[in-house]
Amino acid sequence: MAAGDMNYPAVHATWETRGYWEGAGRGELVIQRCRDCWTVQHKPRAVCARCLSSDIEHVVASGRGTVHTFTVTHQNQAPPFREHTPYVLAYVELEEGPRVLTNVVGVDPAEVHIGMAVAADYASQDRDDGEAFAVLVFRPA
Amino acid sequence: MSLSGSVAIAGVHEHPTRWAPDKTEFQIMAESARGALADAGLTIEDVDGLFAASMTMGAMGTVELAEYLDLKPDYVDGTNIGGSSFVAHVNHAAAAIHAGLCQVALILYGSTAASNAMAIGTGMGGGGRGWADAFSAPYGVTTVGSYALVARLHMDRYGTKPEELAEIAVAMRTHAGLNPVAKMRQPITVEDVLASRVISDPLHLLDCCIISDGGGAVVVTSAERAADLAKPPVLLLGCGEALAHQETGSPDLMRIAARQSGERAFAMAGVTRDDIDLCTIYDSFTITVLTTLENLGFCEVGEGGAFVGDGRIRLGGALPVNPDGGGLSSNHPGMRGIFLVVEATRQLRGECGDRQVDGARLACVHGTGGTLGMSHSGATLILGAA
Repeated sequence: MAAGDMNYPAVHATWETRGYWEGAGRGELVIQRCRDCWTVQHKPRAVCARCLSSDIEHVVASGRGTVHTFTVTHQNQAPPFREHTPYVLAYVELEEGPRVLTNVVGVDPAEVHIGMAVAADYASQDRDDGEAFAVLVFRPA
Repeated sequence: MSLSGSVAIAGVHEHPTRWAPDKTEFQIMAESARGALADAGLTIEDVDGLFAASMTMGAMGTVELAEYLDLKPDYVDGTNIGGSSFVAHVNHAAAAIHAGLCQVALILYGSTAASNAMAIGTGMGGGGRGWADAFSAPYGVTTVGSYALVARLHMDRYGTKPEELAEIAVAMRTHAGLNPVAKMRQPITVEDVLASRVISDPLHLLDCCIISDGGGAVVVTSAERAADLAKPPVLLLGCGEALAHQETGSPDLMRIAARQSGERAFAMAGVTRDDIDLCTIYDSFTITVLTTLENLGFCEVGEGGAFVGDGRIRLGGALPVNPDGGGLSSNHPGMRGIFLVVEATRQLRGECGDRQVDGARLACVHGTGGTLGMSHSGATLILGAA
């Protein structure tokens, strides 16, 4: 079974990361931009890490990117991952600049390579708390 | 007076245990304290600075430890930045002693990681709710995996070969064969490393450190006081520490914390890389040693694979690394930084027997803590024989 088919652990949102997780639930990759210094940042914060401004806007990234680096994980004792090895852990570099930690799914791990073009997909979560969050993964473009 | 050369390591102890189901963390720390204070020719009564961290000590951990040892120190530091913490504690102790805030600093570590079956490398990635953890926990990140991300990029960008990483593991095992208390002493070959099972591609089982129980202690005091104590003092000539992380999304994974801490330490010491007789480097994984040597400036970034070849980092080579066998073969009780200081000190005193680096006068110590490709710490010391 590929990682994209797994029931990912329930993600936990705080007030400052909620925009990202709700975006993922809608099928959007939400990143942040500072309206004072125009720094684009990921992971989401309540302030701009560059200039400490609170004037942050959420923008929807294209979801297109390339594999910056990756590893095929063959051993992880922690559930649920232990049932899903081998799976691909990767940094994907977004067109907008930031890199996101993710899984590359829907492809034989042996086919994954640095520089590979990938596109965002979203693994929805089966939750009992009413939240419509999803986990960002990538598939070959 | 400058900090460089004004503070010394006066006593060290590496607990000989590698498997201690009958001991507690604090017991291992206390037994190590006894060893290091005896080594220095001091007693627990002399200690007025307490420095400690462990896998399980929480917010009040140093207070609890002080009670266990019935200490009422004038200075306390529970900095925990991962396995490099104890190297950073030497920096902090030196600053405190130099400033007159304490006179005799005791740095402690103890762990029963192996007998408690802690899956440090491959089982602690899930479920984090911290600000950063929430963005890695969904993806099955392991400690090994975070280092493997760096190894894969290094191979892709610079053509670094699995055989070159494997040589690091082979060198450490060769050294462990000369260390009577090392856990893994059976010789291995590059082929053995490459044939061992893949844990997180491109890192194999034998690219990964072992897990053991153990602990250690270091006593730091002024160079002036150390000169009158039991063992020849080992002088702190330079120190630095640094943090590296995912920044706002685009860190250079080939530039690790060692770059910043190393530049500072070498500048303070006023010595060059060519002056260094040996290194003790945190070898959580083979890639850790390779990228640390590059970032400390012993070779250019990208040249590490060739640099570690031809026996250069083995005993008898131009730059022996971890003569004790390191975490890859001697011991790795979860956080290994204290042993980097212990081994470098013993080497500079010339008391290492079969694994002694001939004529060792200057050592470079570097600890890495955390998860290399995600967020980590680095602490560097330049130590010199008095």
